[in-house]
Amino acid sequence: MSGHSNWPEWIYVAVVIALMCWVGAEAWNAERLVEHVPADAELIKVIAQQWFWTFEYEDGTKTIGDLYVESGKAYKFEITSKDVIHSFNIHDYVVLMDAVPGRVNTVWFAPTDVRTHDIQCREYCGLIHYNMRGTLHVEEPSS
Amino acid sequence: MVLELQKPRPIWQIMFSTHHTDVGLLYLILSLSFLFMGGALALIIRAELFLPGAQILGDAMTFNRIFTVHGTTLIFLFILPFASAVGNYFVPIMVRYKDMAYPKLNAIAFWMIPPGAALVWLGFADFTWYAQPPYSIISAPGPAADMWIFGLKILGISSVLGAINFVVTILKCKHPDMSIGQVPLLAWSFLASSLIILVAIPTFAAALLMLLTDRLGVSGFFNPAMGGDPIAYSHLFWFTFHPEVYVLVIPAIGMMYEIIPRFSRKPIYSYNSGVFAFVLLSIVAFSSWAHHMYATGMSFTEKTVFMVGTLAAVPASAMHVFNFIATMWNGRIKFSTPMMWAVGGIALFFSAGAGGVANAAMPLDFSTHDSYWVVGHFHLFVMGTIAFGSIGYLYYMFPYVTGRMYNETLGKVHFILSFIGTILVFFTQHVLGLYGMPRRVFDYPPIPEWIIMNQIVTVGAMIIGVSMVIFLANMIYSSGKGKLADTDDPFGLGGKYYYPFEAKNPKH
Ligand code: HEM
Ligand SMILES: [Cu+2]
Ligand SMILES: [Cu+2]
Repeated sequence: MSGHSNWPEWIYVAVVIALMCWVGAEAWNAERLVEHVPADAELIKVIAQQWFWTFEYEDGTKTIGDLYVESGKAYKFEITSKDVIHSFNIHDYVVLMDAVPGRVNTVWFAPTDVRTHDIQCREYCGLIHYNMRGTLHVEEPSS
Repeated sequence: MVLELQKPRPIWQIMFSTHHTDVGLLYLILSLSFLFMGGALALIIRAELFLPGAQILGDAMTFNRIFTVHGTTLIFLFILPFASAVGNYFVPIMVRYKDMAYPKLNAIAFWMIPPGAALVWLGFADFTWYAQPPYSIISAPGPAADMWIFGLKILGISSVLGAINFVVTILKCKHPDMSIGQVPLLAWSFLASSLIILVAIPTFAAALLMLLTDRLGVSGFFNPAMGGDPIAYSHLFWFTFHPEVYVLVIPAIGMMYEIIPRFSRKPIYSYNSGVFAFVLLSIVAFSSWAHHMYATGMSFTEKTVFMVGTLAAVPASAMHVFNFIATMWNGRIKFSTPMMWAVGGIALFFSAGAGGVANAAMPLDFSTHDSYWVVGHFHLFVMGTIAFGSIGYLYYMFPYVTGRMYNETLGKVHFILSFIGTILVFFTQHVLGLYGMPRRVFDYPPIPEWIIMNQIVTVGAMIIGVSMVIFLANMIYSSGKGKLADTDDPFGLGGKYYYPFEAKNPKH
């Protein structure tokens, strides 16, 4: 309709589409790799409730607020909630998964350093949401 | 056209009028009032977060209520009514009809907003603007929660009534000599956003009722204790509110389509591409809602589908940016206040979109989701793009509405301060999110990076606050005492050619 030629816009749109395809493909590939849980991952159950975290290890022991793992091992978290939705987050390791009552969500990670990291809740869950924090202790490998 | 304010009339005549410019004026006053009220809440939030520890608020509950009402207010009581104000003033004129299609319905839609607003403000709920169950069912204090639900119900109905009116006005009442391909892009933006409203809102309306009966204990749709599924609510909510973000942004883009060509003194680069991008956006808006839910435990396939749907919407947004730049290219640009706001808004629109792409890429979203990054992301849209476009348009329509000119210097100061403030606040919030700070927190541990960034954000917010006081003073003073505007060419662009409507429509 307009008199001028539109080829700059076509090129521009083609570039944007190409960029989006690239972002999409990279993201797809990265997520596929990230979601692949190693077979030997140790299981830790994470139970959220207003406003603290309970961790249950494979040997049946439980800790509240503090999570103990060994450096160099893989861990698989099974996350759920007793009351409202929370979100289990170890930001330094990009671990983020909602704790939804009635569901069990899984996510895994393999710590590589020996130090402590913050654990926090990233989904609004009421009065003390801001202080629903915990500590991840990554310890020296035992064997 | 809209010189009504020059002939003084008693206020009740405007309040009981159904004429589109009167209803437009009511929308305008209401939306601006809530801009200032919602903005004041934001300043309280920022003052509280200036340092770790409790600053000015005694308890977390008050803080949680404040950010909930802040968000609800600015979306439903500022952005949407402001768009309706502009639509009421301009859409009938642009399609050359004497009024909106259903003037009484129009007035009813407006008058539903004050009661809805009163419920939200008197209740002061705390469950954030998503009202996510089961928190909203088993934990959120009533009656605030119930008042919010009723308030949103009313505001939603008002939106739907307004949308019906715009669709009928544009499609059925446009002048017979005018084809749909001649309707100005601003009117097209209202057609597109109204159609999205009609498709999207009923879902949330249903979810609200289900939430209410869940709260009453007579049903358990979203309550796991009664066998329900809270994630079902998330789907219903985002099925409405992802498209709704385009409802918010599309009219602002339409307003920029009025400002940019005029102040560049050139026709729009491509009208067709503008229309195409609006239509495309309204369709792909429905393909991406669950990008808000990557961390709820969706399967890999679901996440992939919604990521592709999200990325598919990007070219359409990008086309608008291209169209604006190509229109300005080689134009004789006049940087009056409205133009500055529009150009600033486009720059921020672009940055916001780039950040959105990062959210959409699923592995990256696990760094950004529910952190301050997301707060920065959507505020670059709601403040940086939508409020900027709207405020620019307000300056642009000011002489037509009041017959007087605002103070240009103050307008520019307002822009510059707001632009600096917006960059300080929302760019910093992106980085703060990458450093892991969760959103919706009343307090935070004294991590040095978090403290310094929170302080930058608070200072930026206060700068915006100051600029808004200047704005308010300018508007109030100039509407009564400003110098008389030349309504044929208030901005000295040289000739009526650049205005789409007759400045003085004899029918009005
Ligand atoms: C290029 C276009 C866009 C893309 C790719 C995009 C992408 C995203 C994604 C993936 C999220 C989820 C982030 C998360 O929670 O982890 C998000 C959140 C959000 N976006 Fe966008 N977005 C775009 C445009 C817009 C526009 C135009 C608006 C508003 C006018 C908007 C408003 C929002 C809001 C309000 C939220 C968060 C709501 C909340 O969690 O409270 N976005 N966006
Ligand atoms: Cu929480
Ligand atoms: Cu969205």
